[in-house]
Amino acid sequence: MLKNKIGLTVGIAFVLAWCLLPIAWIVSLSFKSQESITVGNPGFLPADGTGAGWTNYHDVLADEQFRRAIINSIGICLIATALSVILATLAAYAIARLEFKGKKFVLTTALVIAMFPVVSLVGPLFDLWRTIGIYDTWIGLIIPYMSFTLPLAIWTLSAFFREIPWEMEQAAQVDGATSWQAFRKVIVPLAAPGVFTAAILTFFFAWNDFVFGISLTSTENARPIPAALSFFVGADPFNRPASLLAAGAVVATIPIIAIVLIFQRKIVAGLTSGAVKG
Amino acid sequence: MSLTKAPPQTSSPRRDAKPEQSDRMVAENRLGRRLVAPALLLMLLVTAFPMLRALYLSLFQYSLTAPDDREFIGLSNYLTALSDPLFWKTTLNTVFIMIVTVGVELVIGFAFAMVMHRVIFARGLIRTSILIPYGIITVVSGFAWQFAFSNNNGFVNSWLPFVDETFNWFDGYSSSIAAIMISEIWKTTPFMSLLLLAGLAQVSEDMIEAAKVDGATWLQRLTKVILPNMRAAIMVAVLFRALDAYRIFDNIFVMTAGAYNTESISFLTYRQVIEQFQLGIGSALSVLLFLSVLVVAFVIVKLFRVDLAAARQES
Repeated sequence: MLKNKIGLTVGIAFVLAWCLLPIAWIVSLSFKSQESITVGNPGFLPADGTGAGWTNYHDVLADEQFRRAIINSIGICLIATALSVILATLAAYAIARLEFKGKKFVLTTALVIAMFPVVSLVGPLFDLWRTIGIYDTWIGLIIPYMSFTLPLAIWTLSAFFREIPWEMEQAAQVDGATSWQAFRKVIVPLAAPGVFTAAILTFFFAWNDFVFGISLTSTENARPIPAALSFFVGADPFNRPASLLAAGAVVATIPIIAIVLIFQRKIVAGLTSGAVKG
Repeated sequence: MSLTKAPPQTSSPRRDAKPEQSDRMVAENRLGRRLVAPALLLMLLVTAFPMLRALYLSLFQYSLTAPDDREFIGLSNYLTALSDPLFWKTTLNTVFIMIVTVGVELVIGFAFAMVMHRVIFARGLIRTSILIPYGIITVVSGFAWQFAFSNNNGFVNSWLPFVDETFNWFDGYSSSIAAIMISEIWKTTPFMSLLLLAGLAQVSEDMIEAAKVDGATWLQRLTKVILPNMRAAIMVAVLFRALDAYRIFDNIFVMTAGAYNTESISFLTYRQVIEQFQLGIGSALSVLLFLSVLVVAFVIVKLFRVDLAAARQES
């Protein structure tokens, strides 16, 4: 019994260290001063006198390109998420609730697309987007983001919708509710958590994208944060400003951490139901 | 709810009211298709169409730096790609990364899943933490690990007793690829462990208890009871992660930019299309990349005899 407990504690400690160590590291890096990094300042924590306080964060937030990238990312991801979840909800409702030909086809297509090598689409899209004039625009990223988050949203939602006891809607009608009332008062509250979970996962997905971000944008017009970070060079192009980049990375990570902290339970449920139960 | 009458839904008997029911079926069919149409169209617009376009462009000598010189050359691009050692090198490298990362992730992910399955008091904390690597931008984790391995401002060298302080990880193939794979494994193991955790939850505790009563050791319980009963979950996790690993791009882009032969097939394709504007040969590479993903999927499905439909209807 005791042996088990020790093993479990070690396991927990290991899992926590695994998950949090790189985060702690990048936070620590973001508080080191530029000068000390250029000279060479190995070690996990800032050595004596090499701390920079909030300077790196000030510099990053004062950077116009970086601010634009944050705004782009938030805007593009939110719009893509909203649209994607709306379309996925319609599709998932149909899949869970209705019998129709082509249901299997939709699910298979979604599965295949989820496994698609993104890079192989970039060339043709790059060419096409330039032709029709949506290269380097928000809409030019929203469309690919939507198509790539739809499979995930459809699978998660249809798994979720399948669990909803739809008879309750009829029961409410028998009890005298109109069908709209029955739908709104019974089904919507039951479906809302699933839709919300799908939205969070979709947002993660879109926020994480890199390939489309670097290929389908060329200026700060639409460049999202992961792409902006990778092109961030700072004053001296031969010396990557590690601590400044780290501060930028922390800023870009905060929204994700916040979402994780608030919606942990829902995310786990959504991830596993979409992927395993389907 | 059991007291109310069952809704006149799909499950209700269809015999007695045939014409009305078939009307209903036609309507349901139509409604169903209308509801899935927008999502389906959008997905196809961004995947099927570009793929067909890539297929078409791959038959041309076509460079965006000289768009007017576009010339039909048949399958030459494919021959060029397939006879280029670079193509095979990147493919092999990608397969290598895929096998190692998925293998390591499977083992560590399973250990994590066991811990999460058992843990009671710190459940919320652990589950929250495990989502952090999953949610973090790959580019950020790439940077974090690149800086961690750096001999100028990292900490890895000083933490590893068998490595010299001045050792440069990004100065050769094996150490660079190791750093890249560590970053990849760090980021995606949690996802693997969540999938395995869901599989673990489906193994009945009674069976494990019964095996215990019968005197099975821990190892026997693991290999004879637990693992066989979560085979479907393991296979789905491996399939998902393997196809994902085969597309590896972000980490390589950030950490080595393809130096020292660390390029993956995705990276090679990207370089041809976006950096060099070679749409013809780039499209051929896109098609080859897509085909190789299909091959990987096929091999895994055959190898593990994954029955996705069965695995997905367990619930």
